[in-house]
Amino acid sequence: MVVLTRGRVGRRVAWIVTEQVEVPQPQMAVEMLGIVKRFPGVVANAGVDLSVERGEIHALLGENGAGKSTLMNILMGLIHPDHGKILVHGRDVRFHSPRDAVDAGLGMVHQHFMLIPRFSVTENIILGSEGPGAFIDRQAAEERVAQTAAEYGLVVDPRARVEDLPVGIQQRVEILRVLYQDSNILILDEPTALLTPQEVEDLYRVLNALRDAGRTVIFITHKLREVAAISDRVTVIRRGMTVGTRVTADTTAAELAELMVGRGVSLRVDRTRAHPGEVALQAFDLTMKGRGGVNALDGLSLSVRKGEIVGIAGVEGNGQTELVETLAGLHIPESGTILLGEMDITRDDPVERRRKGLSYIPEDRHHRGLVLPFSLTENMLLGNSEIPPFGDGRRIDYAKTEEITRELMERFDVRAPGPETSAGALSGGNQQKLIIARELFREPAVLLAVQPTRGLDVGAIEFVHSRIVAERDKGRGVLLLSFDLDETLDLSDRILVIYHGKIVGEFSGERVDRAELGLLMGGRVPHGDRVGITT
Amino acid sequence: MDGIIDFFDLNLFKAVLRMATPLVFAAMGGLLSERSGIMNIALEGLMLSGAFAAVVGTYYLHNPWWGLLVALIVGGLTALIHAFWSIGLRSDQIVTGTAINLLAAGTTVFLIQRIWAQSGRTPTVQKLPDVAAQVNVLVPIAFLCVPIVYFFLKSSKLGLRVMACGEHPQAAESVGINVSLLRYGMVMMSGVFAAAAGAFLTIGSLGLFTRDMTAGRGFIALAAVIFGNWMPFGTLAACILFAGAQAFQIQAQTKGIGISADLLLALPYVLTIIAIAGVVRGSRAPAGLGQHPTPN
Repeated sequence: MVVLTRGRVGRRVAWIVTEQVEVPQPQMAVEMLGIVKRFPGVVANAGVDLSVERGEIHALLGENGAGKSTLMNILMGLIHPDHGKILVHGRDVRFHSPRDAVDAGLGMVHQHFMLIPRFSVTENIILGSEGPGAFIDRQAAEERVAQTAAEYGLVVDPRARVEDLPVGIQQRVEILRVLYQDSNILILDEPTALLTPQEVEDLYRVLNALRDAGRTVIFITHKLREVAAISDRVTVIRRGMTVGTRVTADTTAAELAELMVGRGVSLRVDRTRAHPGEVALQAFDLTMKGRGGVNALDGLSLSVRKGEIVGIAGVEGNGQTELVETLAGLHIPESGTILLGEMDITRDDPVERRRKGLSYIPEDRHHRGLVLPFSLTENMLLGNSEIPPFGDGRRIDYAKTEEITRELMERFDVRAPGPETSAGALSGGNQQKLIIARELFREPAVLLAVQPTRGLDVGAIEFVHSRIVAERDKGRGVLLLSFDLDETLDLSDRILVIYHGKIVGEFSGERVDRAELGLLMGGRVPHGDRVGITT
Repeated sequence: MDGIIDFFDLNLFKAVLRMATPLVFAAMGGLLSERSGIMNIALEGLMLSGAFAAVVGTYYLHNPWWGLLVALIVGGLTALIHAFWSIGLRSDQIVTGTAINLLAAGTTVFLIQRIWAQSGRTPTVQKLPDVAAQVNVLVPIAFLCVPIVYFFLKSSKLGLRVMACGEHPQAAESVGINVSLLRYGMVMMSGVFAAAAGAFLTIGSLGLFTRDMTAGRGFIALAAVIFGNWMPFGTLAACILFAGAQAFQIQAQTKGIGISADLLLALPYVLTIIAIAGVVRGSRAPAGLGQHPTPN
């Protein structure tokens, strides 16, 4: 580019002609400016700005409910924004449907895969982009899929049924679909949620290869570790607003955490060494049929001592849910024995187990934990109504229950107008605190905690974690099941790895080799006979 | 021995074909609707309105082929009501289907009264031609529909998209498929098919319309779809099984094999219940049946 400037040549002022190298403007693949989206009762996006450069991996970091998914659904044309402007490769766009977004070169790998289980890999990939004509040339499509797969090193059988594939491969199919549609901007929504550590490594390799091939990747996550591992830049959103964009290499986990949460947060759970006492809960050789005739629990044995937190690690669907539900008394196992202290509780119903000192924080507080339209007092009665001081099996002492509820709300910091408030009116964090209050009130010998912090904000997570550690320190046995591996690692004194309904390995909480843990979770034995199997 | 050979004669075979024809038509319609994800218990009512419209069309236009066309259009439009309620307004598809069934039953009786001032039955009209003795032209057409529906689902672009809507409407929508539009189309096609089934009952065999003449065949067709695991040829086999039971019952009555007529009459219905209750456990409905894509 030629530029004229007025300057001094010798003693004369004259026009100077200079050849100027054009400074390459950072090419923006995606710009979202001032995006606002309201849903009835909630503002999901209250003015979000996001600028993603071409050819970078850009992390979008925020807590659950910060508005990340809404923003991406807007970008993909699934939701229409109330206000705001979207530019793709510098062009102002307005998407009416996902089709428009796909045509503009955007593709999304959803958190809950948008794959049809009964369809083959090829059918899933070509759906919506079947090519010209009224009929499908299956063979040609399969060849093209195989070719695209080979190009990016994403090995997958184009004829396999998606439902027969492991989760990591299913995700690969989703990525392949986006590539097949020739999208140059890939959006991945919490892509590591269901993967084993090895599968995560594979995913990182694929994403790096895509970036090196000039594609743009937007990586949605709430995990700081992932931001550091994979992204070039990161944009943090909090409560529907952009709070900052950073170059990943120039920032720290602490800074990002503070941006994400709004205040300094301790990243590690503070806890002292455990002092395990005698055995509090034992299960021997539990067997239970799952759906489809396969054993969901296949001769599983474990034990939890007083004063220790035992975490169960595993990929979802390996019998975790069946295990805790069997321990809680929701299912009776086909064979095996469960001992609470010295008592055999294998055939006891849930109420009997509570009476004997077993407490249970269920996985889904809306379906299992609470009756949302009931008041807090009534919710306090769930599972307790036949046990004094709440009742005697014939009558319920409401006055007493309300008194206890009021007291527990104080002690467990449940913020609500009063015990007569309906549980549905509380925030997720306060609902969870209410459940924890109810479950700990009885000073149980053993606490089963399933996904105790699911969907909670960081403040509530801290509270729940410190509470669980406090219960351990009071000498209770805690069995923790969380699908967030970081939570399991942070909290547990001992980690048991579950795979296909069996415990396949055990780690002490202090020294965990993540790679080894990942291999075990994936069903592989890392180093022959070195793995300690519990009995 | 002679008795048994005598029992299974050509008449029985033709009777099976005749009994299967309305079931096959209606079941193919139901299959398309359900594969797109919309439950369709309105088949019975759609069939009834088609049967009636065929008579009315033939009566006024003096040609059963025009009568058939009228029936198909009326069937499609009646199904549009079901589509609008269940897709556009997202009302409960069972309730909507029941409403269509009641509407068809009431409206046909009312219109017979208004048009011919008769109660419960229409005058006889001209019928569609037979292609062989006691085999109406609609019979081969019905059976031809099965490979067409099969080929549509298996090999056409539209068919793949329809099945995607039925299995996972959110996924279909996320790749830019207009789920509602396809479902509207398939529900209307189910009305067209069900109307053909109804037209067969009037201008394909009896020559007139009587109140509630479908006698549960729409529900049996739906049972055949479930029994046939939502697959065209499986559904065809189920239709033939149910039709066989009906034909057997008629043959048994005419030949007099000494079983109570009431029991024989119940046979096809009993078979349907057994099929639905027992055998169906292995079959698998479209995963997105009755579900809507994103709620906005």
